[in-house]
Amino acid sequence: MFGRTYWRLGQDPFQELHQLQRGMDRLFSNMRDTLAVGEYPAINALTGKESVILTAELPGINPDKLNIAVQNDTLSISGSRDIDALKEGEVYHRQERSHGQFSRTIKLPFNANPEKVDASYKKGILSITLQRSEADKPKKIAIKSE
Amino acid sequence: MVQSTQEVQKREALHPIETERTRMRKVFVPAVDIYETKDKIVLNADVPGGDEKSVNITLEKNVLTITVEVEPIDYPGYTASHVEYDTGDYQRSFTISDEVDQNNIEATVKNGVLKVTMHKSEKAKVKTIPIKTE
Repeated sequence: MFGRTYWRLGQDPFQELHQLQRGMDRLFSNMRDTLAVGEYPAINALTGKESVILTAELPGINPDKLNIAVQNDTLSISGSRDIDALKEGEVYHRQERSHGQFSRTIKLPFNANPEKVDASYKKGILSITLQRSEADKPKKIAIKSE
Repeated sequence: MVQSTQEVQKREALHPIETERTRMRKVFVPAVDIYETKDKIVLNADVPGGDEKSVNITLEKNVLTITVEVEPIDYPGYTASHVEYDTGDYQRSFTISDEVDQNNIEATVKNGVLKVTMHKSEKAKVKTIPIKTE
């Protein structure tokens, strides 16, 4: 006589909605990992045989205030960018350059050797060279013949 | 960092120049800050990859044009595996008002930031007129 009750007692009526939301979150978090839209700074990666070079355009940064940390296969860059401070009565007509704190963490394709990280800052471009750690390198297994 | 996606992404020039370019390179519009002080107007432009040799500033009539030719850095033995930003030249033009002394413009490049200091001409400077008491 009565149709099947859709929501049974004790069941969250919003369960499906939550599931949908989780699905959407997962979808977008995956996108963030690959595309990294809006992340600052933008990073380009170049891969070599046993090393990787990461470059980022960070114009107008004091390299002493730039922090680069490597742990296993994670690299994090953080720092801040200052703009010219104005005195009283002075005014910005145009302000397009971003300023303030930034930090970004990225996953490397391998476990890096923290002893062999080389970073340079030239013409506003930061480049970091990371070497694959010895322990992480694939080992060749010799096959013995009997 | 408080900023939207548009600000993070480099902006490509819509109409880089009127004449045909000889270089097959992308052209970006550099982000700029312009501020005015009592006796000068300062322009800061983000031109990562540019140095004193590659920056070109021309002033024609009232138009100040900044051109930066960026040479892409070559990494032999490496191949690009992940690309978030593109390398290219920078170009942008600004119309300057009469208050700038066209013979007194300085430019410096440091850490990929171009700073153009335009001094105001004497007649444009604010003069205070002292009031005498009778």
